[in-house]
Amino acid sequence: MTFSLLIAQLINGLQTGSVYALVALGYSMVYGIIKLLNFAHGDIIMVGAYMVYYAIASFALPPVVAIILAIGVSTLLGVTVEKVAYTPLRSAPRLSLLITAIGVSFLLENGAQLVFGADQKSMDPLITGSVMFGRVNVSYTAIVTIVVSLIIMVLLWFVVNKTKAGKAMRAVSEDMGAAQLMGISLNRTISMTFAIGSALAGIGSVLYLAAYTQASPTMGSMLGIKAFVAAVLGGIGSIPGAMIGGFTIGVLEALVAAAGFSMWKDAAVFLVLIIVLLFKPTGFLGKKMQEKV
Amino acid sequence: MSRILDVNEINVFYGAIHAIKDISFYVDEGEIVTLIGANGAGKSTTLNTISGLLRSKTGDIKFLDSSIAKTSPNKIVSQGLVMVPEGRRIFLGLTVEENLEMGAYTRPKSEIRSSMEQVYELFPRLKERRTQIGGTLSGGEQQMLAMGRALMAKPKLMMLDEPSMGLAPLLVDLIFEIIADLHKAGSTILLVEQNAQAALSIADRAYVLETGKIVKTGRGSDLISDPDIKKAYLGA
Ligand SMILES: Nc1ncnc2c1ncn2[C@@H]1O[C@H](COP(=O)(O)OP(=O)(O)OP(=O)(O)O)[C@@H](O)[C@H]1O
Ligand SMILES: [Mg+2]
Repeated sequence: MTFSLLIAQLINGLQTGSVYALVALGYSMVYGIIKLLNFAHGDIIMVGAYMVYYAIASFALPPVVAIILAIGVSTLLGVTVEKVAYTPLRSAPRLSLLITAIGVSFLLENGAQLVFGADQKSMDPLITGSVMFGRVNVSYTAIVTIVVSLIIMVLLWFVVNKTKAGKAMRAVSEDMGAAQLMGISLNRTISMTFAIGSALAGIGSVLYLAAYTQASPTMGSMLGIKAFVAAVLGGIGSIPGAMIGGFTIGVLEALVAAAGFSMWKDAAVFLVLIIVLLFKPTGFLGKKMQEKV
Repeated sequence: MSRILDVNEINVFYGAIHAIKDISFYVDEGEIVTLIGANGAGKSTTLNTISGLLRSKTGDIKFLDSSIAKTSPNKIVSQGLVMVPEGRRIFLGLTVEENLEMGAYTRPKSEIRSSMEQVYELFPRLKERRTQIGGTLSGGEQQMLAMGRALMAKPKLMMLDEPSMGLAPLLVDLIFEIIADLHKAGSTILLVEQNAQAALSIADRAYVLETGKIVKTGRGSDLISDPDIKKAYLGA
């Protein structure tokens, strides 16, 4: 393998990794706030992808409109799922919530088969063309994906760390009761977390479609699992952890594929997860703080 | 003096455990009232019920003449009833300054700065540590932060759940001094304590709680010399 090929694969890895990271962020933020592994999160992306497909392929809407539609519908769907399925279970055991999330995932996947059909929908690439950096050929899709993801992550960092709503989110994640005693509304803060996570999934769906140009009812499940692994690898509940986890898995997959083991790339992902968790059960950046008495 | 808090015949359960049995008491504006009692008497349960984190099966809780028995905890805070919970529960992952900002969550942005300066004046140690995250503070500093955070809400009634818990004697004195100062400055305080001696000596009135019931009430200065109280709570 030549050096330029390696670089090309790395860029590929960063591109896929960006999508994993965006999706992993939603997983991690929701877990952080209500300790739920939201297995329906991946399916939000699937719905977002269909929105882009129908907007462009069936209604010939401009891509910008399609993108806004995908993000809008994803956000709305995420918040609706939270309000309808999760809010009533807020004081129920975590296991009931987890099972509900799996149920919602099935519902969305089977609902999608019913509404959109069970077959794969293919569309023309959203972005075409590429540019040569030295001897490395980089697609515009990869550049856009990586740049957009980085911008989104900086924005998210700003929202979470610098705004009143973001600080309230961190307060609720740490101690729901104490947060309420500050006058923070749980309903509002939790819904906002779902809205942000689902909007990120919507953006992820657009970027995914830009790379693979195909939508299918079950596309969300593997993507969701990879993003989940990314979130756990980075330290579930940690926002920078989700980003690092996403990029790590994307690059890992690309390198395994580049080494000629494409068939093994999923296995490699899980192997790395197991190894990391053996040595650091909380993932790269997950931590537990002890209260002082 | 006008009534600020009126708790009327509340009963609180944890599943089958009947933790609070027909408790009634009140707090008037400008008073320090203390609830004392042994471990498990139901002091925290009472405060948590007033703040809306727990619910009473019966009776009513009135704050400033309107019922808060069914009001959500965050709305109770916006009405001016603020609690410093047991074990402080500051946000360990947020900086000192962010903790204080969260305390002022219900207040207009324009007033936050000046309140923060007031808190820093009261607790200069917090000012020195304002960019440090809560988890790195000592126990005493965490208690100061928890109290400062509550003051950021400009409470009309502040409830403190065992503010002296786990602190060295010198710090206990400091915390009680600050409570007495706040009282002198006009604050109304409902204080829960196991340190009966210290609590009774600063309180206007006191209620003694035993296994979920109020068994005695009176002026702080009277209870401190009450033989039963001396025997049970003052170790004399
Ligand atoms: N979450 C809970 N589930 C079940 N029982 C509880 C719970 N919390 C408190 N209790 C019970 O309710 C009773 C009152 O507890 P509470 O915490 O109000 O006591 P307390 O007076 O604050 O005690 P301490 O001084 O130790 O803080 C105790 O018997 C306790 O075991
Ligand atoms: Mg208690």
